[in-house]
Amino acid sequence: MRASPADQTILDRRNLDWYIDKVVQVLVFVGGISAIIFIIGIFVFITREGIGFIFSSWDPIEFFTSPRWAPTSSHNPTYGALALILGTASVTGLAMIVAVPFSLGAAIYIGEFASGKTRESLKVLVELLAAIPSVVWGFIGLSILNPLIIQWFNVPIGLNVLNAGVILGLMAAPIMTTIAEDALKAVPDTYREAAEAMGAARWQVIFKVVLPAAKPGLLAAVLLGVGRGFGETMAVLMASGHSINIPTSIFDSVRALTATIAAELGETAHGSDHYQALFVLGIFLFLITFLINLTADLVVRGIRNR
Amino acid sequence: MVEHGAENASTGENRANPTRMLEVRNLSISYGSKSALRDVTLDVRENEIFGIIGPANSGKTSFLRALNRMDVFTPGMNVEGEVLVSGKDVRSWRNLYALRRRIGVVFPLPVGLPMSVYDNVALAPRLSGIKKKAVLDVIVEKCLQRAALWDEVKDRLHSLGSLLSGGQQQRLTIARALSQDPDLLLLDEFSIAVDPVTTMRIEDILKELRKETTIVLVTNLVQQARRLADRTAFFLMGECVEVAETEDLFAGGVQDQRTREYVEGRFG
Amino acid sequence: MFEATEINMRHRRTEVLFRLLFGMMTILLILPVALILGILIYKGAPVLSLDFLLSEPTNGMTAGGIFPALVGTIWLVAVALIASLPVGVAAALYLSEYAPNNWLTRAINLAIINLAGVPSIVHALFGVGAFVLFFKFGTSILAASLTLAIMTLPVVIVSTREAMQAVPQAFREACWNMGATRWQTIRRVVLPNSISGILTGVILEVSRTVGETAPIMFTGAAFFLPFLPQSVFDQTMAMSLHLFVISTQVPNVPEGLPYGVALVLIAMVLSMNAISIAFRMYLRNKKKW
Repeated sequence: MRASPADQTILDRRNLDWYIDKVVQVLVFVGGISAIIFIIGIFVFITREGIGFIFSSWDPIEFFTSPRWAPTSSHNPTYGALALILGTASVTGLAMIVAVPFSLGAAIYIGEFASGKTRESLKVLVELLAAIPSVVWGFIGLSILNPLIIQWFNVPIGLNVLNAGVILGLMAAPIMTTIAEDALKAVPDTYREAAEAMGAARWQVIFKVVLPAAKPGLLAAVLLGVGRGFGETMAVLMASGHSINIPTSIFDSVRALTATIAAELGETAHGSDHYQALFVLGIFLFLITFLINLTADLVVRGIRNR
Repeated sequence: MVEHGAENASTGENRANPTRMLEVRNLSISYGSKSALRDVTLDVRENEIFGIIGPANSGKTSFLRALNRMDVFTPGMNVEGEVLVSGKDVRSWRNLYALRRRIGVVFPLPVGLPMSVYDNVALAPRLSGIKKKAVLDVIVEKCLQRAALWDEVKDRLHSLGSLLSGGQQQRLTIARALSQDPDLLLLDEFSIAVDPVTTMRIEDILKELRKETTIVLVTNLVQQARRLADRTAFFLMGECVEVAETEDLFAGGVQDQRTREYVEGRFG
Repeated sequence: MFEATEINMRHRRTEVLFRLLFGMMTILLILPVALILGILIYKGAPVLSLDFLLSEPTNGMTAGGIFPALVGTIWLVAVALIASLPVGVAAALYLSEYAPNNWLTRAINLAIINLAGVPSIVHALFGVGAFVLFFKFGTSILAASLTLAIMTLPVVIVSTREAMQAVPQAFREACWNMGATRWQTIRRVVLPNSISGILTGVILEVSRTVGETAPIMFTGAAFFLPFLPQSVFDQTMAMSLHLFVISTQVPNVPEGLPYGVALVLIAMVLSMNAISIAFRMYLRNKKKW
């Protein structure tokens, strides 16, 4: 049973299992870095399609300051994205005004007040809400909310900032609720117990202890909600009215960055200025969402390092 | 077995003393900047039970982890010095899995893997390529019997090993370690999660096993070392204070005051 | 000392008040959606029939059924799943079993978050630039499915990683100590004990993939194609795009038709989510250790 040094040399050979293990390790590593490869790939390929336009006829001043997006104009095509940026911003902004208080409120209720079966079923319900596809939300905006807005507010068109904002708010709320609830859950119970032992009421514990401790996580939830609203395509395309406007009221129809790409890409010739300009919008969207996600990540990391 | 060793000694090929199963030279272990074990040098002879006693955080477990190179799988664990098993440095092994197959380990908390009792014990033989059911059957029965578990589980070999009682799981873990047919068996405070009756049964098993394998027994129970170990080392705060014949140690023949105090139960 | 003092009473009232307030907010979050679902069912249910599911759209998509779209969606989802599952599981394995705590792991995690956060229309642009044009797959199921696969990859990675990390470290160590290689440990201990969790994630991913519209618009889904795809290089109709088309692009569609399509789509998505959730709860109650 005891192995002599000679036996050991036999034992110490690298066998098939050893080589299989190494091969798997390499394969798994490739899978591991695939996310990085893909995110770089996305940037490279959309830049590859749009870069020609950036260096030839793109005018950054026009892009950011002119509200005139008229790429199909035969004599004077212009590529001002201001109205689109403001369209996206107004819809996202309204969505956040609608969604943030309700999401945080719901997260506090689910995380701090509800218990047992109520809590479980509410969480399941919120998860199901988050699963409804965006094209269905767009359809709801188009065919249910649209006539309601016309009727309630006595306006000619119900496809506007209000409609898209509410739809987007309803879409973003479940996701924000889930992330915010996770942030509340991450606050150690010892904090709550310590405060309750000192005689604080539950609402005092929530406002004085739990919320401050969970603040970065809640902020990240809001940021990710903003990112989601910013990048939403189909629902905004269908519910916002899709007309180029600098919005002055919530009853104005607007057009979003994402929706512009979705609506126009099919009609452009490959390689044309218009086609490339849509990819430039894509690059812009990519960079903004990257920035939002990066910030959210740093905010969350901030808690861990503290 | 022992004859092998004698041959090696006569050829003088290997600088290791062949009657020594395990030689540890200047072993230091740290986790990041935290030192766990400093400059330990000791030998373990073939077919002895070598006890290691000491209070918590004295580096006993880290010591065991260095023996079968678990440091590779432990992030931040840094090992310096030499560990020779049968005269060969454990870090010279090209296939460290083959090394681990020769060293059986039993943890403080029993770990019944979430598979059937049979599969638990048959895992190591299967890993080394044994596929024939008849052969596996024999190994499983033999190991379970030697671990004094056979009678209790022979009718439910196909129920989950992770759902046995704590004492049974610990004996299952021992059976699993035996299924590797190890040259060296490492036990880390095996009796923590086990009732006294089972502990005594396992201790009897270990005494039997001494005939065919070498055992390193880390224990927080001084009396357990006294009952089982041929020789005993005392670890304190990452230092090996002394190594002595167990009888001497408990008869008061110690060199270090701290050992005496620990053995007599004044701290720990 | 423990009498209901004035302050105590006021505290309790405030407590009840806040409970009510937050409870109301939760209800207001869920109620509109419940109402909307009610309307969808009310208006969509009369359209539904076996014939609706199994026949082709007719009369310029103003009548008939949704069979080609249904089959197309199944094609898209299946190919996307075949593409993303191995990559996603490998990535999860790396993160759960191998990844050291270093900058690369942080970068991978950030990339996963970003992959999930990039707007779907940007994924579509990527699909056009990479799969349709650069790899010359043309507008096809293959191009659309690969775009979907990359987009939903984070869902697989995150849920699979969680399932794997739920397997106690002690099991791995026990296995390693017996001389098992990392891969043997994964195959014999980690995968068998996380496979159901992985499955839960896969169902979730499928439900995500079913509903996506923007990524397939320009990469492989067609507005109207009255025959079924024969290979991955064909274009296809899809449920999600079909809903978009008949509710915005086609004139004179009878009111019930898009409701029916929306209802089928949402039923597909929600039922898969429900299965996934039920499966998860079942697993939670059936621990093996």
